[in-house]
Amino acid sequence: MPSLGADMEAGTLVEWLKHPGDVIKRGDIIAIVDTQKGAIEIEVFEDGLIEHVIVQPGQQVPVGTVLARIRGEREPVVSVVPETRAPLPTPAAVVARAPAVAIAAQPPGPARPEPRRRLRVSPIARKVAADLSVDLAQVHGTGPQGAITRGDVERAAAALKAAAPAAVAAVPPPAPAPAARAAAMRTAIAAAMARAKREIPHYYLSTTIDMHAALEWLRAENERRPMPERLLAIVLLIKAVGLALRVVPELNGHWVDGAFRPGAGMHVGCAISLRGGGLVAPAIHDVDRKDLGTLMREMRDLVNRARAGSLKSSELSDPTITVTNLGEQGVEATFGIIYPPQVALVGFGTVRERPWAVHGRVEPRRLMTATLSADHRASDGHRGGLLLAAIDRLLQTPEQL
Amino acid sequence: MSAITPDNLKDAVVRALTSIAPEINPAMIQPGVSFREQLDLDSVDFLNFVLALHDALDVDIPEADYPKLTSLDSAVAYLAAASRSS
Repeated sequence: MPSLGADMEAGTLVEWLKHPGDVIKRGDIIAIVDTQKGAIEIEVFEDGLIEHVIVQPGQQVPVGTVLARIRGEREPVVSVVPETRAPLPTPAAVVARAPAVAIAAQPPGPARPEPRRRLRVSPIARKVAADLSVDLAQVHGTGPQGAITRGDVERAAAALKAAAPAAVAAVPPPAPAPAARAAAMRTAIAAAMARAKREIPHYYLSTTIDMHAALEWLRAENERRPMPERLLAIVLLIKAVGLALRVVPELNGHWVDGAFRPGAGMHVGCAISLRGGGLVAPAIHDVDRKDLGTLMREMRDLVNRARAGSLKSSELSDPTITVTNLGEQGVEATFGIIYPPQVALVGFGTVRERPWAVHGRVEPRRLMTATLSADHRASDGHRGGLLLAAIDRLLQTPEQL
Repeated sequence: MSAITPDNLKDAVVRALTSIAPEINPAMIQPGVSFREQLDLDSVDFLNFVLALHDALDVDIPEADYPKLTSLDSAVAYLAAASRSS
C-alpha cells in the first residue's frame, strides 16, 4: 500500500485492474485504492509480471503492506521465487519486492477466475488444504523457493475463517458517504499539518510582484488562442516557480531522516480545494520542462480529477514543492504550512490594482503578493529570497516562460 | 441546430453549470446574482463552464467577454445576442 502523502495511514483496495499472470509495464495502472482523497489509481514503477495478489478487494491495510508480488523482467521464470529482494528505494513504492508476509485468503463469494500458475506444494500441505477447503492458488508459500507448507495452509485457513463472518467483504465496500470522507480527510489534514508545525522550523518571506507585464502578455496571448487552449494566470505562476527552482534547488525536494533529498524533478503540487471541504495537492510533473499550453491542459485535468476523486498515485506521492493560490477569494497574502516531507511552499495572493512607483512615477499597477514558507533545516532565508526574486524576474518576461 | 430560444439557452447554461459542479440544484440558482457569489466556483470551474457552453452551443466567446457570463441572466442575454449575430 503506497503512501499517498504524509497524511495517509491506510487504504482500502477497491479493485485489481491487473491479475496474476498479466504482464505489466512501468506506468500501468494496476489497482484502485480508496483513501480519504478519493479513489486513487495505483501505478507501477517497473516492468514485470504479476505473480500473485496478496490483498483482496475490500481489505483495508496500513501503508507499507505488500499488495501484490511482481516478478521483474529479468528475474527467473516459472515458480522459482528469489529468496531475497531489495526493497524499492522510494517510500511511495507501490509493490514491495521484499518477501511477502501476509497471507490472503480469498473472501467468500464468487471466485475470481485466474490464470493457472505452477505451485510448489508439499504433499502434507496439499492434503491439509483439501481437508480445510483452502484454495492453494490463494495461499502464499513461505517454504524453500516459495513452496507452500502445511503452516502456510493452516494460516490461510485461519484467515479465511476470520474473514467469514464479514460475508459482505466479498464485494468491494460501497464508497464512503461524502460526509464520512470529508471527516476522514479533515483528520488526515490535521495530522499532516500538526506534524509540519511540530517538526518543521518554518521561516516566511514575502514580496510584491508587479503583474502588469505578465497579465498584458496573457491577454494578448489568449486573444490569439482558440477557446479551449486559453491560459489562466496561475499557469504562468506555476511555470515561474518550476524555473525559479533551478536557481535554488535546495527548496525542491524532501527532508527525510535528518537530511535533504533533492527532488527528481520540479514536481509542483497544486493545492486544490474540494467541493464540500478538504484539500489535495497533487503534482504536475516536470513543470520547468513543459510549455504553458501543456501545463494548462494538465492543470485543468488535475483539478477536474481531484474533484471527481480519481487521482493517480504518482500525483499524490511525487510533489517536491507545493503552490497554493488563495487569491481568488481576495486573500492578499498566504503564509502556508509546508506539507511534510517537502521543504517549501509558495503562496500567491490576489492581484489588485494599487498605486506603485514605476520609473519614478506613481501609477496604478496590478500587484500580487508572493510568499515563501520554507524549512530552515534545508535552506536559509537568503536562499529563499533568491527564489522569490527569481519568480519575480521570470514574470517580467512572460514570453520566455 | 434547432431554433434558439431564451428557454433552451437557459437550459444550456444550467447544464453547463451542473456538469462542472454536480451538487448545484438548478432550482436554487438566483438568475440575477453572480455565479461566484452563490456557487463556490474558482477560475478553473469558470473556464470549464465557458468551454462547456462553447461545446454545447458552438459559440466562440472572446476572453474579453467572459465577465458577461457571470450570472444566469447575463449569460442568457449574451448568448442570445451572440447567436443572433452569428
